[in-house]
Amino acid sequence: MKVLLRNPRREIEIEGRRRVHALLAELGLPRESHLVIRNGTLIPGDEELDKDDVIEIRPVISGGF
Amino acid sequence: MKCRTCRGPAIIELPRHNANFCAEHFLQMCRRQVEKAIHDHDMIKKTDRVLVAVSGGKDSLAVWDMLVELGYQADGLYVALGIGEYSEESREYTERFAAERNLKLTVVSLRDDYGYDIPTATKVTGRVPCSACGMSKRHLFDKAAVDGGYDVVVTGHNLDDEAAVLFGNALRWDVEYLARQLPVLPSRHGFPKKVKPLIRLTEREMAAWCVIRGIDYIVEECPMAEGNRHIGYKEVLNVLEEKSPGTKASYYLGFLDRMAPVLASIAATGADSVTPCVQCGAPTGGEEGSVCAFCRLVERSAAHEPVSVELVRKKSRSQKRVQAEASKK
Ligand code: SF4
Ligand SMILES: [Zn+2]
Ligand SMILES: [Zn+2]
Repeated sequence: MKVLLRNPRREIEIEGRRRVHALLAELGLPRESHLVIRNGTLIPGDEELDKDDVIEIRPVISGGF
Repeated sequence: MKCRTCRGPAIIELPRHNANFCAEHFLQMCRRQVEKAIHDHDMIKKTDRVLVAVSGGKDSLAVWDMLVELGYQADGLYVALGIGEYSEESREYTERFAAERNLKLTVVSLRDDYGYDIPTATKVTGRVPCSACGMSKRHLFDKAAVDGGYDVVVTGHNLDDEAAVLFGNALRWDVEYLARQLPVLPSRHGFPKKVKPLIRLTEREMAAWCVIRGIDYIVEECPMAEGNRHIGYKEVLNVLEEKSPGTKASYYLGFLDRMAPVLASIAATGADSVTPCVQCGAPTGGEEGSVCAFCRLVERSAAHEPVSVELVRKKSRSQKRVQAEASKK
């Protein structure tokens, strides 16, 4: 599957199927600071991702004040 | 995974509520949290004219969207900070959001209206970018609220923001800051009332609100926030949150409930005499006939030749290296 990451914007390829939380854990991305989006829709942690999926993992932490 | 409310398929899990939600009921939960914050802290009256401080990021666009949905009369103010591409893009997101919804947006540009930008001001002051930036924004939001006859200024600070600031203040035991860290700043001495309706919602929830509502916002980080202390505090708090969901909410909301009242007497004893700035008329803490910090910043920064974002960032990185090496010795 294709995974779009942000800050900085980049794309990686992941082999095989995965559940969303397994993918986040594998990439070392905490659930509390990321959302996973497919075709403009949020997908929950227990969803199985297909090898043809294109997803975005969007960080939600912002700095400044 | 099923929605707690309707048992339909869920799209998001919220461990802190020990629940999952579908899109519709997630939005309903968010609205209720905002209404509860507004009600509990007496933030906004239905008849108030509201000015929302918008940045093009998820929080400020989401809070504007929610207030309009809830029937408040809310206009936006965007300050163009001149932070390169980041500022240009965030302005586009803000203008598009307002245009699509037919909302009134005012744009103030530091460069066009005051002759400087944040990278230049950072160079001139020699302090962290957020210092000149925060001061400029505060001044311009206050001014716009007073000039425009608004009753209240709304900012998009969320639970993570407030918990991180609280954590920083508590690490330093900065009692005066702790005493003043409240979700409502009443209007006084010519300063407008300021409120934070998102204190009961997390960053992740606000980003989810935007995705569900189809709000495009700037996802990229402000390039000048790099290494900002608050981001580190947020990461630490999120580690605790993952182990023990609800930690952030009980930390910050518990502070408001049980600690803020204890500190109230300290909050009341802050310096209270203000005089108008002789240049712009804004209230300032100085003596009779003094010039406010904003006017002084404008004067110094506008006289300096423009500095690029890249230059300031390079400098702050090399400064950090020097400091790191010095601390090793
Ligand atoms: S991160 Fe700092 S410099 Fe950037 S917009 Fe926010 S306050 Fe300004
Ligand atoms: Zn539902
Ligand atoms: Zn002034």
